[in-house]
Amino acid sequence: MKLKSNLIAFLGILCLISVSCSSDSSNGQVPVSGGSESIEVAERIISLSPTATEILFAIGAGEQVVAVDDQSNFPVEAPMTSLSGFTPNIESIAEYQPDLVVASYDPGDLVSGLEALEVKTVLQSAASSMEDTYAQINELGVLSGQEAEANELIETIRSDLSEIASKKVGEGLTYYHEIDNTFYSPTSKTFLGKLYSLLGLANIADPAIEGGFGWPQLSAEFIIDADPDLIFLGDADWGESAETVAARPGWGSLTAVEKDQVIPVDTDTSGRWGPRVVDFLRSVRSSIEEISG
Amino acid sequence: MYIPTDEKDRFTKPVTLSKSQLFIALIAVLITAFAGLVFGPADLGMKAVIQELLDRLPLIHFDSGLSSRQQAILFEIRLPRVVLGLLVGSMLATAGGAYQGVFRNPLADPYLLGVAAGAGFGATLAIVLDIGDGLGFLDPVPLAAFAGALIAVALTYTVGSGRGRVDQVTSLVLAGVAVASFFTAVQTFVQQRESETIRQVYFFVLGQLRTAGWNEVTLLAPYTLICISVIYLARKRLDALTVGDEEAGSLGLDVRRMRLITVIAASLGTAAAVAVSGLIGFVGVIVPHTIRLIFGSSYRVIIPLTIFFGGAFLVVADLVARLILQPAEIPIGVVTAFLGAPFFVVILRTAWKN
Repeated sequence: MKLKSNLIAFLGILCLISVSCSSDSSNGQVPVSGGSESIEVAERIISLSPTATEILFAIGAGEQVVAVDDQSNFPVEAPMTSLSGFTPNIESIAEYQPDLVVASYDPGDLVSGLEALEVKTVLQSAASSMEDTYAQINELGVLSGQEAEANELIETIRSDLSEIASKKVGEGLTYYHEIDNTFYSPTSKTFLGKLYSLLGLANIADPAIEGGFGWPQLSAEFIIDADPDLIFLGDADWGESAETVAARPGWGSLTAVEKDQVIPVDTDTSGRWGPRVVDFLRSVRSSIEEISG
Repeated sequence: MYIPTDEKDRFTKPVTLSKSQLFIALIAVLITAFAGLVFGPADLGMKAVIQELLDRLPLIHFDSGLSSRQQAILFEIRLPRVVLGLLVGSMLATAGGAYQGVFRNPLADPYLLGVAAGAGFGATLAIVLDIGDGLGFLDPVPLAAFAGALIAVALTYTVGSGRGRVDQVTSLVLAGVAVASFFTAVQTFVQQRESETIRQVYFFVLGQLRTAGWNEVTLLAPYTLICISVIYLARKRLDALTVGDEEAGSLGLDVRRMRLITVIAASLGTAAAVAVSGLIGFVGVIVPHTIRLIFGSSYRVIIPLTIFFGGAFLVVADLVARLILQPAEIPIGVVTAFLGAPFFVVILRTAWKN
């Protein structure tokens, strides 16, 4: 594992060297059409957000990406480094000599610090709807000079999602999506909840919306009382499974457990609200179809 | 130092716990435990809960009409949670009372002395290193927590007991703050390094009774019983200690030994409580002091009543934690800190006046 991450870091450095050599030949000053001020196309992009990394590669701007953070594990060719998106260090970011830094989170001084170094910084916080995601894709398209591809990607996602949602396979079913084993869960007003709604599923966490909670921590007894038809385990990568759920005190009698409807979901595709939400929703749909036969 | 004016009288007069005081304490436990079983985000109905509980008694049969899921909520979620609340609350409050006695410091509390932070660090280390679990009360997590707790209390006491310009009350609290910050920092460092296990550990810091099942109860119960018994047996000596080390020694008390045994019992109990429920602060300040204000300042009254009221207090705090934003929950540590921090300020001011 250690070896692998070292290898990835090494590849990242190789990538960096090749890009920095090639950038001398290109002028890097291509103005982007539209808008009153011309935007310089970014040639040395650092992404500190796994979602942004996926978007950049999906719109064909991968070549311009010189480094990505330690959580950006997709696609494999992304130059993963030890840079952190949670506790970003401005000096180590600056060492890559980026002309654009994309981050999802500013702990306080990231944007101002990088701006002091005259590095353009864009904050793309977690999307709360598909429209947010489309706006982020478009923004990255403009900044990387891949606007046409970005718009194409947006259209593809739109049509894929409407195709997946054309059949409401979840109609009449309730679900509980588990973020972790202390029962944090998204309501229907979150990005994730909105995706599930596309399939016609009803969310048991929705009574918590009243309190203004997008991601409430539910009581165990509330979940048992609500008795969801389906349980989606967003924490399967942290060791939760149908077996561990069944073994929890009081959970054995749940419909989802008795009918074997506890479904592990991929942490990355369900947690990064970029192009791969399509894969996530497709996998959810097929597991529901499998269950309903 | 904070010694009430009636201190000397108190030691010479025989002080005993009255039956009515004990009765009140018992009623408080029963009422809060019952409330803890009846109220929650799932509406089971009070009548059905009573019937279901009676049904479990031998030779009595009732059909409460609760579904198997509702029965599971009652017996596998609420009941262990109430029992755990009683055990943890009782342990933390009694440990607080014991620390206040041995350190002769009204602000001593597992949380403020850094004991809880030390225990949290020990537990975190055990979780991160993944040294086995499911061994019942021999689970390494509470044992590691105990080691952390003992180191923390020893550090706090060593650092805080030096004679200087700052009075002892303040100096012990300051030392506790330093030690707690240190252990919290080390714990955070370990967490950052081990992001794989970070989620599990994170909830240690906030305190929880939420995922409690019978496993946690069986893990904690033996520790609580032993440690509380030791502290209970020390209640007279704690009274003797209030007059000062030398005087207590002249009364035939081996002060060092007594202090050591009491601190070990309080720290072991705290560590076990922290290992199952995370860091729940201020219980050890609020409960013994309220009892002191209402029922008198002898440890022969404070310790036994604290055992009961500590449990009752935490069950109520847990009820608030699960009801105030239902169906969402808030960490119980937030509730106790919300109530405890203002209370702490009042105690601090009283201590200054004396």
